Amino acid sequence: MENKFVVHDLNLYYKDVQALRNISMDIKKQQITALIGPSGCGKTTFLRVLNRMNDLIEGVRIDGKVLLDDQDIFGPDVDVVYLRKRVGMVFQRPNPFPMSVYDNVAYGPRIHGQRNKNKLDEIVEKSLRSAALWDEVSNRLFKSALGLSGGQQQRLCIARLLAVEPEVVLMDEPTSALDPLSTLKIEELLRDLKNHYTIVIVTHNMQQAARVSDSTAFFLNGDMVEFGPTETLFTRPTDQRTEDYITGRFG
Amino acid sequence: MTGNRLGNTVATAILWAAGFFILGLLVFFLAYILGQGFKVLSLEFVFGPAANGGVGPQLFNTFYILVLSLLFSVPIGVGSGIYLAEYAKPGRLTNLIRLSTECLATVPSIVLGLFGLIIFVNFMGLGFTILGGAAALALLNLPVLVRVTEESLRTVPHAYREGSLALGSTQWQTIRRVVLPSSLLGLITGITLVSGRAIGEAAVLVFTAGTSVSRHYPDFNPLVSGETLAVHLWYVRGEPLVANAEAVAAGSAALLVLVVLFFNLAIGLPARIYQRRLRGSS
Amino acid sequence: MNNRHLNSQLAYDKLFRYIFIVSAVIVGVIIFSIILFVSKQGLQTFQDVSFWDFHTGTVWNPPGQYGALPFVFGSVAVTLLAIALGGPLGLAGAIFMAKVAPPWIREIMRPATDLFVGIPSVVYGWVGLTVFLPIISKYTGGPGFGLFLAGVILAIMILPTVISISEDALRSVPKTLEAGSYALGATRWQTIYRVLIPASLPGLVTAVILAMARAIGETMAVAMVIGNSPQLASSLFAPTATLTTEIILNMGQTPFGSPWNNALFYMAFMLLMVSLSMILLIRFVVNRRLANDR
Ligand SMILES: Nc1ncnc2c1ncn2[C@@H]1O[C@H](COP(=O)(O)OP(=O)(O)O)[C@@H](O)[C@H]1O
Ligand SMILES: [Mg+2]
Repeated sequence: MENKFVVHDLNLYYKDVQALRNISMDIKKQQITALIGPSGCGKTTFLRVLNRMNDLIEGVRIDGKVLLDDQDIFGPDVDVVYLRKRVGMVFQRPNPFPMSVYDNVAYGPRIHGQRNKNKLDEIVEKSLRSAALWDEVSNRLFKSALGLSGGQQQRLCIARLLAVEPEVVLMDEPTSALDPLSTLKIEELLRDLKNHYTIVIVTHNMQQAARVSDSTAFFLNGDMVEFGPTETLFTRPTDQRTEDYITGRFG
Repeated sequence: MTGNRLGNTVATAILWAAGFFILGLLVFFLAYILGQGFKVLSLEFVFGPAANGGVGPQLFNTFYILVLSLLFSVPIGVGSGIYLAEYAKPGRLTNLIRLSTECLATVPSIVLGLFGLIIFVNFMGLGFTILGGAAALALLNLPVLVRVTEESLRTVPHAYREGSLALGSTQWQTIRRVVLPSSLLGLITGITLVSGRAIGEAAVLVFTAGTSVSRHYPDFNPLVSGETLAVHLWYVRGEPLVANAEAVAAGSAALLVLVVLFFNLAIGLPARIYQRRLRGSS
Repeated sequence: MNNRHLNSQLAYDKLFRYIFIVSAVIVGVIIFSIILFVSKQGLQTFQDVSFWDFHTGTVWNPPGQYGALPFVFGSVAVTLLAIALGGPLGLAGAIFMAKVAPPWIREIMRPATDLFVGIPSVVYGWVGLTVFLPIISKYTGGPGFGLFLAGVILAIMILPTVISISEDALRSVPKTLEAGSYALGATRWQTIYRVLIPASLPGLVTAVILAMARAIGETMAVAMVIGNSPQLASSLFAPTATLTTEIILNMGQTPFGSPWNNALFYMAFMLLMVSLSMILLIRFVVNRRLANDR
């Protein structure tokens, strides 16, 4: 299968502290890639490299190559705004804007120049349906999004992202703040989305990684210890540290 | 142990007394100002022309100068507040701008008035004008606007900005569509605060906008001198020739306080309600 | 989504970044030009007047004698008086609001202190003139104008500055520090006195300095109650003048560019320097030193 991202020999420093060491991995198109590892090992940091969200943080230094469809995302001719439109992100804590449900979903299309009211209506409904939220909010589209439950808010954030039709969806522990039922809904959603999007998901829940992902990468203290098909990694890990982690001997 | 208890009781009593003394002082001030004023305030006094003993032209000038000064100061003040909150990286330039803002905020208003006198009255040769007064007054508003803008933008959660940027919006789009709308209450409150202060300001205006009013009323010409209500209150106190100066002073004082109160209620309150709707308590 | 739209958005992004930087720079340029123009005008005084005489002379009788000491003394005296009266009261009010008052009283006092700010300084002056002056006059037998009345009015005017900054400082003390003190069996007052006040000292000192800056620069209220007699104050109840009141009363009577007029600009320059030094004091001494000493 085709590669969406190729990461080669990536190192990242926060000021003088190295947070990622020599990471190389290929992220396949229309697959779900899971990043697992104990907290503080660099999963979020790595994820935020992929759409250059780390640019916003003072004192971050990166070397190595990250290719998106064979183009270096740090190249001089790459515009980070365009990059983020192609590579969208869902955060650990749901962060809907303080506006109506409708305006949240329409936000992306609007900033990208969509003004047509009918088109917007269409996009909003389609995105909310894709995020399995339409039935729950269709009667309160014009009320504040902040009145939704946590699980609904997170699905709204997913819908908001889908509305800009990204190629890659990055998700940073999207279910960690949610109840089991909402978690289940989002996992089902992920399996549907896979057909259209490349998904990279950070999770510290190994069952979740095992349930939804095709490939899994195990991070530890800024190193990528092991990366491979999820099946293999969970049943026949090659590295002792991976085995220790997935059998719950630490972390 | 009992000594500690006693000390605590006495201190608590003193603190309560201080709190109530301060409140009492305020109640007294307001009661006195409004009480004296209501004896004088009438439609004729508030809106009538100077010839009939009214302060209509002064009231008009007060608002005219206020609006013009906001026109000058809001874009620059909000702009620099946005710069400090959204763009500035720690460094020399940022430090210098912060320091400048703090310095400008403590410059005594009389000094701003003299600066206006040098620039607008003498250097530009305008004489005493509403325009010059408004520009000088804008200098007084500016640092407050910068600070209030920066503070209210900082209350907007970082997650909103990240959420917007992660959808591929530019920083300006993020500011315009997410950050500014969510900090609107703070901004409006800040502008109300600034307006209240500007309405009562006299020292800046005496030597820039002058102490006389136009013969026409209302006169929108920004190049004529324009005494405001606060300046009028200052002026009548020193002019024994003004007919019933005492009544005019009492009326002007009450009117000034009422206008400031009105600003806080009429602008601050709707802003609060709007914000509540935005936050979605529904 | 097309490239034209993206490019125009990127152009807007750049444009607005530029606008914001420019507005920030304007603020810097303004304070710089204020210093420049006021000093340039004021320093011309010394083409006609001896620098030494101006700063040490006690007789102000222009044109001829330019001894500005009475005004400097007046300004310093009303400021100290204001802080001596208003400082402790404001601090007590701040402690009351931050730590003692029940929430509903706090809810009343917050907007109440804002209202104090909302009263214009000419109105403070007018209340001083019509309420306080007759009282003082009655008890002292004199006209009532002078340093004392000006100090009292200023003390009330600086209350909101003292209260709001001190209250913020007191509130920002970590709860754990306070809890630690209570856990050792300290009473509330002991906790306030031994833990809260020392821990928030930089903020409290900042409050006092800013209040002093406000007091020394206040013009209208003081000019209405100090008596405006350009001579060294002989008592707290004798008419005198300050830097600000002398400026406001004479600026209009003296031709621009005359020595007398320049002298008034120089007084403004003195005020400017004092208020700027207060900011520097807060920035480089209070915030650094005291914060480190903790
Ligand atoms: N903004 C930052 N500045 C400095 N260090 C950071 C920053 N963000 C994360 N780190 C550090 O980088 C390491 C990896 O963090 P992170 O990527 O958030 O881990 P994870 O998501 O796996 O829990 C941690 O040691 C963390 O302390
Ligand atoms: Mg993380």
